[in-house]
Amino acid sequence: MNSLLRIFAIMRKELLQLARDRLTFGMIVGIPLIQLLMFGYAINTDVRNLKGAVADQAGSHLSRQLVADINASQVVVFEEQVATEADLTALLDSGRVSLGLYIPADFDRRIINKDRPAAQLLVDGTDPIILGVGQQLLAMTMGFDTAVPEQESAGLFAVRNYYNPERRSSVNIVPGLVGVILTMTMVLFTAVAIVRERERGNLELLITTPVRSTELMLGKIAPYVMIGLLQVVIILGLGRLLFDLPLQGQRIDVLWASLLFIATNLSLGLFISTSATTQFQAMQMTFFIFLPSILLSGFMFPFEGMPELARIIAEALPLTHFNRLIRGIVLRGAGIETMMADVIALGVILAIMLTLAIRRFSKRLD
Amino acid sequence: MTEQELAVSARGLSRNFGPVQAVRDVSLAISPGTIYGFLGPNGSGKSTTIRMLCGLLTASAGEARVLGLDVRSDAEKLKQQIGYMTQRFSLYEDLTVRENLRFIAEVYTIPGASRRSRIEELMSRFNLQQQSRQRAGKLSGGQRQRLALAAAILHKPRMLFLDEPTSAVDPQNRRDFWETLFQLAQQGTTILVSTHYMDEAERCHKLAILHKGVKVADGSPRELGEQIDSNVVEVVADDANQAREAMYGIAEVSSVTQLGIRLRALIPKQVDNPVQLVKQALAARRIAAQVEHTLPSLEDVFVSVTELQDAEQHAA
Repeated sequence: MNSLLRIFAIMRKELLQLARDRLTFGMIVGIPLIQLLMFGYAINTDVRNLKGAVADQAGSHLSRQLVADINASQVVVFEEQVATEADLTALLDSGRVSLGLYIPADFDRRIINKDRPAAQLLVDGTDPIILGVGQQLLAMTMGFDTAVPEQESAGLFAVRNYYNPERRSSVNIVPGLVGVILTMTMVLFTAVAIVRERERGNLELLITTPVRSTELMLGKIAPYVMIGLLQVVIILGLGRLLFDLPLQGQRIDVLWASLLFIATNLSLGLFISTSATTQFQAMQMTFFIFLPSILLSGFMFPFEGMPELARIIAEALPLTHFNRLIRGIVLRGAGIETMMADVIALGVILAIMLTLAIRRFSKRLD
Repeated sequence: MTEQELAVSARGLSRNFGPVQAVRDVSLAISPGTIYGFLGPNGSGKSTTIRMLCGLLTASAGEARVLGLDVRSDAEKLKQQIGYMTQRFSLYEDLTVRENLRFIAEVYTIPGASRRSRIEELMSRFNLQQQSRQRAGKLSGGQRQRLALAAAILHKPRMLFLDEPTSAVDPQNRRDFWETLFQLAQQGTTILVSTHYMDEAERCHKLAILHKGVKVADGSPRELGEQIDSNVVEVVADDANQAREAMYGIAEVSSVTQLGIRLRALIPKQVDNPVQLVKQALAARRIAAQVEHTLPSLEDVFVSVTELQDAEQHAA
């Protein structure tokens, strides 16, 4: 009973301080907003309007048709006409175009004979996404429009696009952002929580009172759990409003997954807080968690494509498991009970971190 | 008085920070309801000793009981019964006066009704009503100190530790502060207060002089004066500077302190007739001065015991 009262006392105090700290308060709402807009609009892997140049040595009806077809796809816009292949290479070198189309003089005959490729794409391969666009164009077919449409050879595969028929990258990114933003804010807020009291001298007073370590930790975590949930609502709500993000699964599953993940991040932050001696140090340590989280968790790059060592590290990061959960629930409509491995993994990280934090925090100065 | 009845009893308390011995072999016996002072310069081990007695630091050696509870094994139980006012202001600067007090009251789980009346009582007693909605960070030095004391006694502790409570406070506030301390002591609270002001130490019922982590003397201010093994000779001279130079020349004089035109010299007790000695030395230099034997002040005691210890250390 007394224990509960003390936890509430710390919670109340924490909320009062939070309400007066405008910068932190701004971060709670500002970070989700900025990140959502940035990642949702600016970071886009559906490439459109790449600059291209064309060297059309055939100058035939058919070759003009090819250029028009590619232009119509909006993936590439041919802005420049040059004479030779060497000119194309020069343009690529200078970076003025990312893609060049070389149409040889015997283009029409090559189309008919089909024994050799009819035209050549020169692609700036330094950016894999642009290279991917080149690969997409390979699928194009071309024939004499006067002739009877040739029987198209059936490909080996037909792709059925589940969950994201319009192929929008924001669908994948927004749920991932929930995890990234929570990692950033939750770990950071709690990482500085105890160090700040130490730096400002409050801790010396606090540890002479009957407050127990566990009570202090729980009282410090609790307000941020609510803030974390608020952020989840902001991100998913705005995602729906701005990017038409679907919610295939159950809301209650989103809540459970988020709660678990928030608690895990907060205990991770507390652990940092008990290890650091200054707020600056705590922030540096937060970065060591944050960077691998963004890069290895599958938020940016597919998890399966990473080397084994990276995957092992990623499995230890809470964000990896949360990404699987939230994407599963929001995009595929999966129930949380079908992904117990990730739930358990988060639970284990939570238990370890919280125990370490409480253990490390001693009510003594030595 | 038995060990159980003492408010504080400590034996051989020591604390090392790495190779540095911050406190060495300090023993204490403090009776309930008294104001006990720790007098010493910065770095003499006052704060470290207080922190060990509060259970904040573990002693490297020795043992201590506060209010009959072992500071090591009963630390948590003890925390309900002691109040601690830290050297640095340690309440929340971004909370108001009332919010701070409320937080402390809640942490000590004082029930709602008595909590509110206790907070009102303390704010009026410490003259903080006007500031009740003001943030602690915006308070003046004196107001902060009163707030910190109010927070430290909110749960009516039987034992109060005050670590240099008056270092950032003007003289009037210091007087008021000490008046409050005497009231608390009268009501039965035992108070341990550290200071580096002689006049404050003089107000304590008993005090210990700490020097380089060692307790070099203890007792009431009066007893300390009687204990010292030096005679104090006061010299009043028109040209005090010249007189001081002359007295430095006397081999038996262990120290000279100047207070305006007055000079106080410490001369070991084994020297016979110290007044005559000083008179002769001054006369030899043709310096006109009044010389007489006086009672030692606390500062004389302090100078005498610390120099004695330094001399012993040099010898060793």
